[in-house]
This record gives sequence, C-alpha cells and structure tokens, in this order.
Amino acid sequence: MSRDARQTAAAPARKGLVGQLGDFLDDRTGYRALVHEALYERVPGGARWRYVWGSTLVFAFMTQLITGLFLWASYSASAQTAWESVYYIQHEMAGGWLLRGIHHFMAQAMVVLLALHLLQVVIDGAYRAPREVNFWLGLVLMLLVLGMALTGYLLPWDQKGYWATIVATNLAGIVPFAGPSLQQLVIGGSEYGHHTLTRFFALHAGFLPGALILMLVVHLSLFRKHGLHAKQPITKPDAMFWPDQVLKDAVAMLAVMAVVLGVILMPALRAMLAGEAVVPGELGAELGAPADPSLPYAAARPEWYFLFLFQFLKVFEGWGATGEFFGAIVVPGLIMTVMFLMPILGNWRLGHRFNVAFTLAVLAGVGLLTSLALNEDYYALWVDKASLAEAEKLHDQTGGDPEKLAAALDNDTAKVAAMTNQWKKLERVRHSQAFLEASRQAKADAARAIELAGRPEKIPPAGMLELVRHDPKSQGPRLFAQHCASCHAHVDPLTVDAEAVIAKSSAANLYAFGSASWMQGLLDPAQVAGPAYFGNTAHKDGDMVNFVQNDLTDEATWPKADIAAVVAAMAAEAGTSPPKDLVGLVDIVGLVDRGRKLVASDDRCGGCHHFRDNSTALGSAPDLAGWGGREWLVGIITDPTHEQFYGDNNDRMPSFGKAAEGALPPLTREQIGLIADWLRGEWYRAEH
Amino acid sequence: MSDHEHHHGESRSGAVSGGSAGDGSRRGFLAKAIALVCGGLATMVPVGAGLWAFLDPLRRSASVAKFLPVAELTAIPDDGVPRQYPVITDRIDAWTGFAAEPVGAVYLRREKGAKVVQALSATCPHAGCFVEMEPTGRCFRCPCHNSIFTLDGGIVAPSPSPRAMDALECRVGKNGEVEVMWQKFRAGVAAKEVQG
Ligand code: FES
Repeated sequence: MSRDARQTAAAPARKGLVGQLGDFLDDRTGYRALVHEALYERVPGGARWRYVWGSTLVFAFMTQLITGLFLWASYSASAQTAWESVYYIQHEMAGGWLLRGIHHFMAQAMVVLLALHLLQVVIDGAYRAPREVNFWLGLVLMLLVLGMALTGYLLPWDQKGYWATIVATNLAGIVPFAGPSLQQLVIGGSEYGHHTLTRFFALHAGFLPGALILMLVVHLSLFRKHGLHAKQPITKPDAMFWPDQVLKDAVAMLAVMAVVLGVILMPALRAMLAGEAVVPGELGAELGAPADPSLPYAAARPEWYFLFLFQFLKVFEGWGATGEFFGAIVVPGLIMTVMFLMPILGNWRLGHRFNVAFTLAVLAGVGLLTSLALNEDYYALWVDKASLAEAEKLHDQTGGDPEKLAAALDNDTAKVAAMTNQWKKLERVRHSQAFLEASRQAKADAARAIELAGRPEKIPPAGMLELVRHDPKSQGPRLFAQHCASCHAHVDPLTVDAEAVIAKSSAANLYAFGSASWMQGLLDPAQVAGPAYFGNTAHKDGDMVNFVQNDLTDEATWPKADIAAVVAAMAAEAGTSPPKDLVGLVDIVGLVDRGRKLVASDDRCGGCHHFRDNSTALGSAPDLAGWGGREWLVGIITDPTHEQFYGDNNDRMPSFGKAAEGALPPLTREQIGLIADWLRGEWYRAEH
Repeated sequence: MSDHEHHHGESRSGAVSGGSAGDGSRRGFLAKAIALVCGGLATMVPVGAGLWAFLDPLRRSASVAKFLPVAELTAIPDDGVPRQYPVITDRIDAWTGFAAEPVGAVYLRREKGAKVVQALSATCPHAGCFVEMEPTGRCFRCPCHNSIFTLDGGIVAPSPSPRAMDALECRVGKNGEVEVMWQKFRAGVAAKEVQG
C-alpha cells in the first residue's frame, strides 16, 4: 500500500503515462516477470540458425490462424455456397486474393517447415530423455497440421478438392471394422454434400486447430521446462533467447513470409514485365470449376505434399483392397510407429544413427515418390516426341500387337526389344498427354465458371453448378463430342490439323454452321462434294451437289452477285452477322431481300426447297426458312427425318429428340438447345 | 515497405561498426530493433491482408433507389384503409442474384375516388421492426416497442419512435400501376435521412 502511494506520488516526474500504466498492470498481474521469463531464456552455445524452425512454425500457424479467421468472415460452408463464397473472396472482394493466397501458400510452407523442424530435432538427437514426451507431442502436432491441410483442400468445393476428398475418404473407408462408419461420419452421410462441408469446416477451423493450440501450449511449455537442446559440442558462450535467438527467428519468419508473398506476386511481376494487365483475382490460390459429381475429372491429384502417398498407392495397384489397405494404412502406420519409438531407440548410439538414417530415408522416399508422380504426369513435356514418331507409326499399324510387331521387324530380336521399349515410352507419353489435356480442360472449365460468375445477374440461388450446366459454351462441346462427333467434325478449317480431322469425319463440318462463310463453302462447287460438306455422306451424288456443281457454275443464270445475295439471305435467316466482305455495304438490307426472293423462287433454290410461302411443298429438301437459326437447329437435331428437314432422304443422322414409346430420347430438349446455342456461338461473354 | 527496408539496412551497417568498437549494449539494442522490425513486418502481412478484405463492405454502396411497380391503382380499395403490398424486385446478395424477389413491404392507402395513393414504408422508424395494422384497422402498431401510428402514418405521442412512419415517394405509371420509390431510412433519429 505504502509502496503504491509512494509511486503515485513520485512517478509523474520521472515516468510517463506508459510507465505508470505498466507499473499498475505489473502490480496486479506480474506480467513483467512472465515476459522476463519468456524472453530471458538461456540458449546454450549461443543463438543458431538451426533453431529457427520451431519458431517459424509457430509463426506460420499464427498466420494461418489470422488469415483463417478473416477468411471465415466471408466463407459459407454449403454445397450451394462454398464455391460461390470462395469465388467472391477471390475475385470480387478487395484484397481477398491476397488473403486467400497467403492462407493457401503458408499452409504449404508449413508442411516444408514441419519436415525441416523434424529433421533438425532428429539429427540433433533432441528427442532424447527427458524430452521424449515433447517429441511425441511434436509428431501429433504434425499429424494435426496434415489433417488441417487435408480438410482445407475440400472447402472451396471445386473439382480438384472434391475428387481428391472422395479418394481420401474412400481410403479411410478401408480401415478394418470401423472404416465404413468412420467414412460415413466424416462425410456426414452416405453422399457428399452440405454436411461434408460443414463437418470438414468444423474440423478444419475448430476441432483440429483447437487441439493443435492445446498441444502447442504443452509442447512449448515442455520445451521451456527442459530448455533448448543445444547442438553439441558447445563451442561458443551462451546467449539469451532475447534478443539473440529472437533476431534470427524474426529474420527467418520474415523470409518465410517473403517467400509466400513472392509465390503469390510472381505472376503479377511477370505480367507487368510483359506489359500485360494484372488481374488480381488470378493471383494466389487457384479456384477450379465448381464440384460436379457427374463430370469426370481426370486431373484429380492431391496437393503436392500428399502426392507421394498417391504415388505410393500405385505400387499396390492390382492388389485390390488389400493392397490399398497395405499402402494407405499399414505402411504409413508402421512409419509413424517407428517415429514414435525414436526417443527410446535413441538411447543407444546405434539407435540414434538408425533414427537419423530412417528419417532421411523416409524423406528421400517421399522425395522420390513425389518426383516419380510428377514425372508420370508431365513426362510428355520433357520427352522428345519426334524420336517416338517411328514407334507411334508402328504402333498404329500393328495395333500394339507384339506378334505383328515381330513380323514387321523381320523377327529381329534386338530391334523388337528396342521397339518394345519405345512403345513403353510411348505409352507413358500418351498417359501424360491425357493428364495434361485433362488439366488444360480443368483450367478452361475453371476460367469459364469464373467468367459466368461475374455476370451482372450474378449466380442463381441454386448455385454455380446450375449455371455451368446450362451454359452452351461449357456443355456444347461435351454433348457434341458425345453425340455428334462420331460423324460430324467441328473444326476451324484454317487451323493446322483441320484437314485430317475433316477427312476422317463422315458428315459435314459444323464449325461456324449458320454463318455466311459456311454457306459460301456449301455453294462452292469445289467444296460441296468435299469431306467438309456432303463428300462423306449419301448426298455426295445428290441433287444439291449436282446443282452446285452444274447450275451454279453457269454464270449466265447464276451471276456471282446472285450467289452473294443468297449467302447474305441465308446468314440473315440464321440470324448470324452478315458476311465480312458485305459489312459496310450500304444496301445490305436490299441484298438480303433480293437473296430471299432468289431462295424462294421456283427456278432457283425454291425449285426443291420450301421457303416461307413459295409453292414447293415440304418434304423434298430441308425447309430454308429460319435455316441455321436456333429453332431450325433444334428441329433438325430432334428429328432430321421430319418432312421439314430430310424426310425420307435422311442419311444416317439419328433423331436425337425422338424415342420409341416408353423410352427416353437420347437427348433432352434442353441438351439439344445447348448444342444448338453452342453451334451458333450464343453464350454469355464477359465484356472487357 | 521499401522505406523500412532502407532504414533497416542502415541500422545493420551501424551494428557492424558498433560491434567492432565493442559496444555490447548498442549491438543489443540494434538486435532488438531489427528483431522487432522483422517480426512486425512479417506479422503485419496477414493482419493487413485480413483487414483489407474485412473492410471490403465499406467499398460497396447501397443499390440505387428506384420506382418499383407495386399494385394496380384500381385494385387498391378506395376506403382510406392502408393495405399491405409486397415489394418485388431483383436482388443481389453478395454472389447470389435473385430474380423478382419480395424484398420488403409497403402500405398503400387510397381515399375515396382518389387518383393518387399514399405509400408508407412498413419499416418502423424506431429500430426497424415490421409495423403491423391493428386488427381493428384503426391504427398501425409496431409489435417491438409498441409505437402507435395513425392510418396516415402520423406519430401518436408518447412514442418510442422519434418520427412518423416514413412516407415513400409514389406515382401512378402509364398503365395504371402504382410505383413506389423503394428506399430505406435511418432508424432511431428524428430526421428522415436516406440510408446508404
Ligand atoms: S422498432 Fe418499432 S417500436 Fe421499436
């Protein structure tokens, strides 16, 4: 009491307000002693860089805690809002990209730092008595961090997180006895959905970090209790934790943060140097297309630090569930058991050596498996494909049959062996190409989803997937590939491989169908019987080909200007923009009108084709009214045998919208509409 | 940032010369300063990024007020008794766009044979509860703190509400539809101020 009184009386002269406040607090909390104890810890042998890993890990975790809480303020965990809210954070909120980028890449830095910390502890033998318990705690902390990484990967609910999580949870399902229940509990049911997200989110942001903080407090206090385990032999005088070791720790923390920021900002720097615009939403962590259980995702891979496990499981391919159980649970379990035994083994000199060798071997194994996985995926990027041309040709010729190969190489065993090797290489290249193509597709899908999400109307309440599923640009190519591409090509004739693709097709090339240029090609005597139009169809020798090749070439009846007028009229029917060389023509309306009259008239197109109210009846040739328009296209895809289209003259085209009694048609009306819109190039485009 | 680094570079070169002079306490001070600067910078990054994103809502302005069709003039009974009508418009909630959604309600009141109507916001000026009509149809009452308003929205003293019910600008469109200027006003103050 009297001390207090003295202080309040004397202090104002010597101490500022801060000092007084400090005294006040210290008297009541004793914080100075605590701070003193925290900072003035003896570091035997002086501060060293090799001791920084633990502190950088704490720093990384704090960063995750801070960024995670702020992300939480904008994240919404449900199947209809998870992707959408992450999109909003990444692409619409100011600074969201940076926040998410730091969280994403610091998580990866944490895994690296964990490995370094573990390595340092094992090499220095810091796990020995009396620090065994702390080592075990450290291992548990490591598992918790990996658990947070695994659960965090799902939260954006994009394709890659979704499919990677399906694999991970299915692996949990193979644990004997408890597996299936465990899986069901984690997923929150038997299907992936709202409760998978809420549960993963609760694990990621609640249970796991909560447990981690508790363990970390014990880990740190045990660390303080036993003191720092100094690297032997000690050659320098002791130092104090503050400021000597703290200085090194702080520099290391800043370096870690600089690396994370560097990874995020590097693409921005590159774009700026190349003079391109920087789109903030494209910086930092990527966001894939929204999770779609109905869409195969061949690019599914876990985050890079789990790639080794992914690759390791491949070793056990072909062993079925036993193999997976062995690879995903037994081996990792054994490795963890050995690690838990390390402090005990380390009591013997040989045991310590074993521990170091074991840890290094595990890390080397992880490194090797990771590089194998990467090599498998990206092999096609660094192999010289020209050297495989021969092998590819032979493979195509023989269909990959070893006997035929032997025959083709005159049974020269050396050559056959060499070629078999080449084929193996080829197989790997194709495998890798498939992955690269899937990744490219995944990137394109993601970019499209993000473009759609930015529409002024925003995302419908049913979620992004709804929008993607009704998007002609996303769905058109898939539906076309599935249902149309076995006959029709869809390739820009000006591209490199176009000719080969068109030659292989057995029906018209539908690229830019409905445009003036497409119509120009049809009316070109040199093209109409070619593979891009009727060349590979039953109409090859039909009336239309005959007409184009014989009548249209007669300039007396068909002057060039008339053909141009017909082209303009047909493009107008399709509702596409007028031909480029006609844009700016003053009288385009007059031209279209004249073209329509030509189309209708009996002695021109109208001789065979019905058009509006001309006298030719439906049934002899496709109706040209509204040709190439949405309705017309939907009609012909639905039923080309309808009298409005080919009627009885239909070649081989199936009626996609018609089905036998009681059966479902191959395509729904909506799907047909998507194909039509895609063919016509009608989809949302962001304005730039 | 570059300022800090510059400063920090200088201090370090200072530390070297100070160190050679054997000035331990000075070196200790520099070590402390550098440690604090590095640690501070490293921590500022996540905190700064977090705050940047957290403050994002302040950048967003309220949607522009506009006239929205609410009901046909002739469909509103001309008996001077207010009737409640939903206000329907497109609404954007962060990433979700709702098309033609009920976003609130107004009371419309028409006197005998009148070609104009009076529109009142159903939002209580006291603290924003939804003001209801008394079942008797003789006055409005807010269920939260019992503010009572007359049928034309006037305040009945004493009242928790600082002002009368908010009248909304209102017009009759070409096709006979009553259109209301859909706006929100600050709650709890005597003056009627547009919010946002
Ligand atoms: S909110 Fe209406 S009386 Fe308080």
